[in-house]
Amino acid sequence: VTLVINRIDDRLIHGQVVVGWGQPFDIAFIVLVNDEVAQSDWEQELYRMGTPPEMDLYFHSVADAVVALPKYREDKRNGILLTGDVASMHRLVKEAGVREVNIGGIHHRPDRRQRLRYVFLSPVEEDVLRDMEREGANVTARDVPSANAVDLKDVLSAEEAAR
Amino acid sequence: MSDERIAVRAIIAGHGDFAQGILSAVELITGRGAALVPFSAKGLSGVDIEGLMREVVTKHDVRVVFTDLQAGSCTMAARKVLRTIPDHVLIAGANLPMLIDFVFADQVPAVDAARHAFERGRAAMSVLGGKP
Repeated sequence: VTLVINRIDDRLIHGQVVVGWGQPFDIAFIVLVNDEVAQSDWEQELYRMGTPPEMDLYFHSVADAVVALPKYREDKRNGILLTGDVASMHRLVKEAGVREVNIGGIHHRPDRRQRLRYVFLSPVEEDVLRDMEREGANVTARDVPSANAVDLKDVLSAEEAAR
Repeated sequence: MSDERIAVRAIIAGHGDFAQGILSAVELITGRGAALVPFSAKGLSGVDIEGLMREVVTKHDVRVVFTDLQAGSCTMAARKVLRTIPDHVLIAGANLPMLIDFVFADQVPAVDAARHAFERGRAAMSVLGGKP
């Protein structure tokens, strides 16, 4: 397996991804799956400038990623698959066979309820995450490698105030 | 850091409490911490970081942003926000010598002070000991 994590993170490229995961796992490439960024040369350039020169960055729409993922899985280098939202990863679970999903950062929004310090979920997103597990994926939350992975059932039963 | 005689000239932004922490050091050493506005991305989504950054930049009418890490979400947000502002300066990897130099250079435009501070901050790093 060359895709070390398949991560949902609404900040996309940022310190935790590039440094927190990138350095200890010797990450050589990131596959950023986002329909908006895939159509924006400027945003792609922005994210490239935030990535170390030795780390390759590939951009795909969700539809393109479904086709392209097998190629990345054959890559001998270590990589990260990254989406900015639950729905995009759901599609990759259903159509591209993603079987390990990392919830890395989903932040506050008025319709979301806080589950962990770095995980806020709407009822719709919770249902979609449950469906990922019904599809055969193992869904856990973990912001950085040194943290313990939290199983989805524990994420969904967690109340941040009590943790 | 509420000295009204000192104008706000830049934002210092970063992970966790980086901005508040380094700003407290600037204030302790120079008494001019009021020239910088601290900004934290803690607990915010990428969209919200950008929105809040835009609000702070507009409120204080600044053209200079210092951040902690080139790959950080504050840097990403600052680049998006400053994109539409002419003659701006964004410096990633800010350190204490850099910020001290900046807050003392209040006689020159903030963007010029920032460029000078960048050179000062880079030159201020040193390594002692260990094998060459």
